[in-house]
Amino acid sequence: MTQYRTSRRRLLKTSAATALLSALPAPFVAHFALGQSKFDWGRFKGQKIDVLLVKNPRSELMQAAEKQFTELTGITVSSEQVPEQQQRQKAMIEFSSGKPTFDVAHLSMHVQKRLSEKGNWLEDLRPMLADGSMTTPDLEFNDFGKAGLDFCTAADGKQNAIPTFVDYWILYYNKELFEQKGVAYPTSMDEIFTAAQKLTDPGKGIYGFVSRGLKNANVPVWTSWLLGQGAETVSKDGKLLTDTPEAIWAGEQYKRLNREFAPPGTVGFNWNECQTSFATGRAAMWLDGIGFATPLEDPSKSKVVGKVGYGVVPKGPKAQHSAIFGDGLGISRTSAQKGAAWYYIQYITNKENQLNILKNGAGSPARNSAFGNDEVVRTSKFGKQWFDCVLQSAKVGRPGLPVIIPVTEFRDVFGVALTNMISGADPAAELKKATETFKPVLEKSEQG
Amino acid sequence: MSVEHNARPLPGYRGGATAAAMEADAEAKRIRSRNAAMAAQVRGAARKYWIFIAPATIAVGLVIVFPWIFTLWMSAHEWNVTGDHAFVGFANYRKLFTDVRFLESVWRTFWFTLLATLIPIVLGVWAALVFHREFPFRGILRTIFVMPMMATPVAIALVWTMMFHPQLGVLNYLLSLVGLPPFAWVYDPATVIPTLVLVEVWHWTPLVMLIVLGGLAGLPTDPYEAALIDGASSWQMFRHITWPLILPYVMIALVIRTIDSLKVFDTIAVISQGGPGTASETLNYFLYLQAFQFYNLGYASAVVVIFFVIIIALSLLLLYLRQKTKWTD
Repeated sequence: MTQYRTSRRRLLKTSAATALLSALPAPFVAHFALGQSKFDWGRFKGQKIDVLLVKNPRSELMQAAEKQFTELTGITVSSEQVPEQQQRQKAMIEFSSGKPTFDVAHLSMHVQKRLSEKGNWLEDLRPMLADGSMTTPDLEFNDFGKAGLDFCTAADGKQNAIPTFVDYWILYYNKELFEQKGVAYPTSMDEIFTAAQKLTDPGKGIYGFVSRGLKNANVPVWTSWLLGQGAETVSKDGKLLTDTPEAIWAGEQYKRLNREFAPPGTVGFNWNECQTSFATGRAAMWLDGIGFATPLEDPSKSKVVGKVGYGVVPKGPKAQHSAIFGDGLGISRTSAQKGAAWYYIQYITNKENQLNILKNGAGSPARNSAFGNDEVVRTSKFGKQWFDCVLQSAKVGRPGLPVIIPVTEFRDVFGVALTNMISGADPAAELKKATETFKPVLEKSEQG
Repeated sequence: MSVEHNARPLPGYRGGATAAAMEADAEAKRIRSRNAAMAAQVRGAARKYWIFIAPATIAVGLVIVFPWIFTLWMSAHEWNVTGDHAFVGFANYRKLFTDVRFLESVWRTFWFTLLATLIPIVLGVWAALVFHREFPFRGILRTIFVMPMMATPVAIALVWTMMFHPQLGVLNYLLSLVGLPPFAWVYDPATVIPTLVLVEVWHWTPLVMLIVLGGLAGLPTDPYEAALIDGASSWQMFRHITWPLILPYVMIALVIRTIDSLKVFDTIAVISQGGPGTASETLNYFLYLQAFQFYNLGYASAVVVIFFVIIIALSLLLLYLRQKTKWTD
């Protein structure tokens, strides 16, 4: 079996380069790698790597590409897809054990970013990015969008992962219902209310707006409103901003939309119930992630094929942002096959494979070049508006969840508060209570 | 067993009697000696046979005893998978008894268990009495009746989730056909528990029916013949003959249903995820959140210990009641 061997001279060179380049941002580092001509894909021939993936259509595509990767590199890949929640638990437990059974792992960076940094789970990719013999010139690091890279770059500059997917929250709207009522696409958050009011017709079972009400799942809806105030839920120095006037305003918007213009039972709606309401023409607007275009444009699953409009989240009182969520692939710090693992990540996130995500309607890839492919735009069943929406959302993208360790508990505590608001509770009182509940959890998470 | 004796001559003791006493004494010594030898043999045999029960003992120790001791140990620690483990004594337990969400989940669990146990018992007994009688197509109908029990809980939960959709679910459509307004089902904090109970009742009533039906099949016919001759009504025969005789079987169903209802997780996790808010968050779901979503392993271990105590206490109570209902001669 070929190992990733190194000589003393190479070690010294690499160490010196690492010391120099660690002070530089990753895009600048990657620039060095682009100048290399011949790249040896067979360097780790005979090695075997284990990959932990999440069960979704993108992982299906990754697994489909493994055969070609093995033919190109001689590296054998053993990958498994695990449902999202269980995959996060598995990653957490195995990384914490210090000896994970996988070399490469999928990471939901909007949930696991801070946890992976504090736990020192992942290998810093900057030295390999800087090494021309380890990084193919075709990688074109600068092609990855800023939103995805931000998720995969630690606060101290470490490049912990390579982005694979970025989810932008957008506003889906039913063009037919809008036309029937003579309503224009809202250009501000206030106009969402006026539009929703005109479009709501309970007699016909049609409601103006639908979004997640189920606890935990509902938090990004609230933070989307909060982003319209140019505010986030946790400050850079780790202070909770969840009971500020802006946060209460966002809670009031959430409460009013769900109580006045949403379908009955929205308090228990997750994305699937929202999708059902929108896809059957029973909801005129739906605020959620961009990845639902595939089922909405599928005649076997949707009654609104060809009628769906894709809009950037309208601007709020102070700012316009799209809440974003991102995934990446990282290498376990304790992996014995780091070279082969890095080759795998380079291959699986190359331009062709990222484009395949778009071609197959598996979501929005992290590379910008994928959206600039005219043929894909022309032949896509989503239409040009969807591509424009992605590119515009990318420009105003901002994380929809705080970069903290207890993200799930944050979503749970504030999710319950939001649910109570739909049931009639006062947003200010609920957010104050939730903030007091969560404050010690957040403080404790950064200790030790 | 040793034989007690007294070698000292009694007052007025005579020669013939002395010989008999000596013989008895010798016999007693022989018996003592034989008993001692047998006891030694048994002790040796017991030592020899330890090897046969050793695998089971080790397996029980590893799979049951060790995890329990470890859980108890964890419950006395601030145990987070990302950091160190600090000993906190009973702090996790003290926190539990001031945690409103935990206390609410305990009462919710009892409420859910009560409904999800008693309703299937009543309906299951009734169904067993119906299917015990002879009528056309009984076999086919009985097979159809037990079908829900054969399906996977998660698959069932997914189907019910679709049926509960307030706008597009088939249940509200059926209500509209008879002129009734739409119902919120699992999408309202007030109705979520009764609705989840509905799913459990649909799923597990057949199990109760099968257990009671088995009991009914084994009942003697003599008491019924005597009751008929005495002119007893159907209700009197059920009240005074059938019910006392099937009670042990009902108690078995009660024990099984109680434990299953206390532990229910899959139905809630798929259909309501503990919501809306925390309206359907039972003890088991609360435990899942603490352990596998928030990774508060020490705190979750304390919940496990409390949960275990509740289950054991209820099971012992039910087993005691079952003993009381056993047939006696």
